[in-house]
Amino acid sequence: MYLSVNWLKHYVDLGNITPEELAEKITKSGIEVEGIEYVGENVTNVVVGHVLSCEKHPNADKLSLCQVDVGNETLQIVCGAPNVAAGQKVAVAKPGAELPGGFKIKKVKLRGVESNGMICSLQELGVDEKFIPQQFVDGIFVFQDDVEVGQEVVPLLNLNDAVLELDVLADRADALSMLGLAYEVAAILDTSVKLPNEELESKETERAEDCVDVEVEAKDLNKYYGAFIIKDVEIKPSPQWMQNYLLAAGIRPINNVVDITNFVLLEYGQPLHAFDFDKFASDKVLVRRAKDGEEIVTLDRETRKLTQENLVITNGTVPTALAGVMGGLDSEVTDETKTILLEAAYFDGTSVRRTVMQTGLRSESSNRFEKGVDPKRVKKAGLRACHLLEKYANGKVLQGISEFDELDYSEKTVTVETERVNERLGTSITAEEIASILRRLQFPFEQDGSVFKVQVPTRRQDIVIFEDMLEEIARLYGYDRLPYTLPEGEDHVGGLSEIQQLKRDIKRFLEGAGLMENLTYSLVHEKDVNKLVSPEIKDLQPNPVPLLKPMSEDHKYLRLSLLPGLLHSLAYNQARNVANIAYYEAGSIFVSQEETITKQPKEILRLSGAITGNWVENKWQGEVKPVDFYVVKGIVERLFELLKMNVEFEQAKLADMHPGRTAVIKLDGKVIGFLGQLHPSLAKQSDLKETYVFDINMDLVFDAYEYDVSYTEIPKYPSVSRDIAFILDAEVKAGDVEAFIIEVGSPLVKSVEIFDVYEGEHLDEGKKSIAYHLVYQDPEKTLKDEEVDASVEEIVKAVEEKFGGYVRS
Amino acid sequence: MKEQLETLKREALEKIEQVDDMQSLQDIRVTYLGKKGSITKVLKGMGKLPPEERPIIGEIANKVRNAITEAIEAKTIELEEIALNKQLEEETIDVTLPGRKVRVGGPHLLTSIIEEIEDLFIGMGYEIKEGPEVETDYYNFEALNLPKDHPARDMQDSFYITNELLLRTHTSPVQARTMEAYDGGKPFKMICPGKVYRRDSDDATHSHQFTQIEGLYVDKNVRMSDLKGTLDKFAKHIFGEDREIRLRPSYFPFTEPSVEMDISCKVCDGNGCNVCKGTGWIEILGAGMVHPKVLEMGGYDPAEYSGFAFGMGPERIAMLKYGVSDIRNFYTNDIRFLKQYHHM
Repeated sequence: MYLSVNWLKHYVDLGNITPEELAEKITKSGIEVEGIEYVGENVTNVVVGHVLSCEKHPNADKLSLCQVDVGNETLQIVCGAPNVAAGQKVAVAKPGAELPGGFKIKKVKLRGVESNGMICSLQELGVDEKFIPQQFVDGIFVFQDDVEVGQEVVPLLNLNDAVLELDVLADRADALSMLGLAYEVAAILDTSVKLPNEELESKETERAEDCVDVEVEAKDLNKYYGAFIIKDVEIKPSPQWMQNYLLAAGIRPINNVVDITNFVLLEYGQPLHAFDFDKFASDKVLVRRAKDGEEIVTLDRETRKLTQENLVITNGTVPTALAGVMGGLDSEVTDETKTILLEAAYFDGTSVRRTVMQTGLRSESSNRFEKGVDPKRVKKAGLRACHLLEKYANGKVLQGISEFDELDYSEKTVTVETERVNERLGTSITAEEIASILRRLQFPFEQDGSVFKVQVPTRRQDIVIFEDMLEEIARLYGYDRLPYTLPEGEDHVGGLSEIQQLKRDIKRFLEGAGLMENLTYSLVHEKDVNKLVSPEIKDLQPNPVPLLKPMSEDHKYLRLSLLPGLLHSLAYNQARNVANIAYYEAGSIFVSQEETITKQPKEILRLSGAITGNWVENKWQGEVKPVDFYVVKGIVERLFELLKMNVEFEQAKLADMHPGRTAVIKLDGKVIGFLGQLHPSLAKQSDLKETYVFDINMDLVFDAYEYDVSYTEIPKYPSVSRDIAFILDAEVKAGDVEAFIIEVGSPLVKSVEIFDVYEGEHLDEGKKSIAYHLVYQDPEKTLKDEEVDASVEEIVKAVEEKFGGYVRS
Repeated sequence: MKEQLETLKREALEKIEQVDDMQSLQDIRVTYLGKKGSITKVLKGMGKLPPEERPIIGEIANKVRNAITEAIEAKTIELEEIALNKQLEEETIDVTLPGRKVRVGGPHLLTSIIEEIEDLFIGMGYEIKEGPEVETDYYNFEALNLPKDHPARDMQDSFYITNELLLRTHTSPVQARTMEAYDGGKPFKMICPGKVYRRDSDDATHSHQFTQIEGLYVDKNVRMSDLKGTLDKFAKHIFGEDREIRLRPSYFPFTEPSVEMDISCKVCDGNGCNVCKGTGWIEILGAGMVHPKVLEMGGYDPAEYSGFAFGMGPERIAMLKYGVSDIRNFYTNDIRFLKQYHHM
């Protein structure tokens, strides 16, 4: 909402307050002022001139040579506007004049002819082009004939105005009108409100009811409909002052009738609509729900297909307006209009809102109906418009209103106890202060000691309960005056839950291990949604969840894996010449097994990482090691070691992964994630070099997690070690042998470490050698060589039997 | 013979003194103390001496032998030390060559901000709550006093999945869920950080995905001044002790009264500049006293309980605190951006 300070002065005495001070006060007491615009800032020396003559410039086709009377002298001015003509009253910037943007007018010679000033367009005077009346957009501005020559233009065109741009939030429908703002400002400044003139001079004997019947069929959506009839209107431009205020409010002036309905809409917050009654083609207004498939051509010349959700005004047969949203083209007011049917109505906000959502049509009218208009102002606004139509369109207003009225005009009563106000705010406001605030708000009340029964005016539909009044009192009392206190209630022990703490610890571990945290989008492209989905999720046969109305193809589906997002991050950096990147992310995936979604998808927390480039890079010392499978596995292994969880890694073939360099991670025999090298084809397609990833289902990890930190005696007796190298078939998995050694060697074998893997020369084709370093320890005694040797022998025999290998000598 | 031994001793000690390499020292040892060495030779000739002289000469010979041995040992240590020093000198490296880079990652800036705020509120007795990102219309709107067709629903254009399910537009549904979980049973303090989504086109100041932190305190006799005091602590902790706050009336359907909190502009110290658009104040968060309808729907009797709630955007806080100018930086994961916030 734009608030013209000059316009506001018609209703409230603003005293000497500056626009800045006013803006600050309005902001602090409830409605945020987002900006102040000074319309014709710096305009000086611009006066009304009368174009006495207008001839073609002798040396230029597109220029005119004008003699312009500016009151005390006649100036010769060269003008380039196509619409300049003798007899016009125009805005003349005299030599020495200043225009917005610091532009100064001097005497100049244009194509050899002297020009002593400039005839101005509205743009040149600082008016925003989008609000300028159509006929003046491409040329100079022409005054109506009644202006006095030589007069300063600044007040005439309201160029000395300051316009406050207000951010009116949904609850303050009252602030969408000049009168509502007048009450607001009066409350802030502690002054009174002057109401506009609604009196009619009409001496017509004919009554509106004689011309038109009003019938409302959809009584639930339309509680009041009033039709005024105004005859013999003269369509012409509205008075300049009215145009000025419409411009300030951001509405383009059109003609007197349309301007008056818009002016009253802004003044009262009550939308009105003027029909050309002759084109209405009936003597009956019928308000009803539209029929499915019914059509109307609205004022913007669009054909709208309607449904039963839409409320329409009809002439008894066909729709003539979309109630509260936009009029129909057929009954539009034009230059030929003689008789007007003026509608002042109260339409249900929800119905209007639905029509707006459905048609995408949003107007000044619909905005106000949606938020709720003041029941008591509906009829008054109609009267005010009739008053203006009499005055500025020479209309003859018929007696009375043809109306339907089931509107509730009652006022709510809210009880305010001073004690409760102070309890809630933490203040010590007195009953007198509250009484004073209520008076400033112009809310009538009865006071019984410290208890108030407040009668809330219908203009404040937002105030229903005590808390609403509490806010009124608090904001006018001033939030600056609230003390600073801290809660005095029951003590609480705050903190992270075990899992929350664990999440943080895991993040810190990965960061310590060299990975940088990422945040990627939960919404992904269709081509990414099924990529790199972990096997245990795939087993659930999830259906990707799409948005009903995505904003772009890139963000259409809820993700089933974090990895595609991480790969985009990697590619983004590689494209910027950063080759070595190690990223991780912890975030949710969204799993639904429904064909048609009816329930919230299951949100599963995943921990995923992607690493590319060199893991070790110490170039001048000749150490450069690209990331490989075992780097990623090392990180994952260490993570589970710290979690005290035994996971197993099992060779696996997964879509989009390298068929020979991928493993699933298993916990208690169940897959909880995977790791390995991204399939080179996918890497290439993703503009990535060799890349390794891991992806872990943290929900499963947390389910299995048990906090288990306890003291274990430090062994007193020395350990003994033995190295064994086996020659095995190449297919035998080193990990299987390792696990088997531990199994056989238990309980004396404390650890097994692989220290050499060899394939090639000196070994038969299809064979490999794996060397294990075994550590033996007995907590009870020092081990004897014989015991260890016996165990080694047992292990060798068992491994030879099970894996078909033999000891390398 | 005695003289002979003394001469040998003098001679040997002189040579040892002059020697400057291990090999020569070794040679001297062989020359004097070896099997065929001079001292050995002298000792071999002892058999020719009269028996009474033998112990005397023997003793002298042992002394001479010990003296030479000691001198050789001392010289060995000396020479070894010289050799070591020489070796160490040769091992000198260029200390200006770069060290081996320790590979270290770090948290995302938003994580750091969120954890900082979490820790602050944990210190004030708050628990951390979480909730689903795909919400029902009921929790996202209705339980927060935003019935269907409420005009305020326009304030947040939403990503719907079905008519009843959507990506949460704020973390406020966790308010409703928490109250419901406690079933009107006990006072509590909680904050809830999380991802939220709105139908916005991504540009420098909008992101269709961003984060929020919601706070809620419900107890008997919660006052609005408690909210003001709490927010003041928050603002000073995050933005610095010399920041002031101001509350401005606002509107949220789930709080009444509702306020917005501004902090005094750090750039101009409240005097007005570009950053604060000349007002001296910067909008930080929305807050208010929990609307009685919200308490009621959450199972708390508004006659007995009251509460305050607040909601803030970590992106906005990060942008103000660190001067980040484009919100998209948080989601493109440019390493050059992420690295900037690694510090202690």
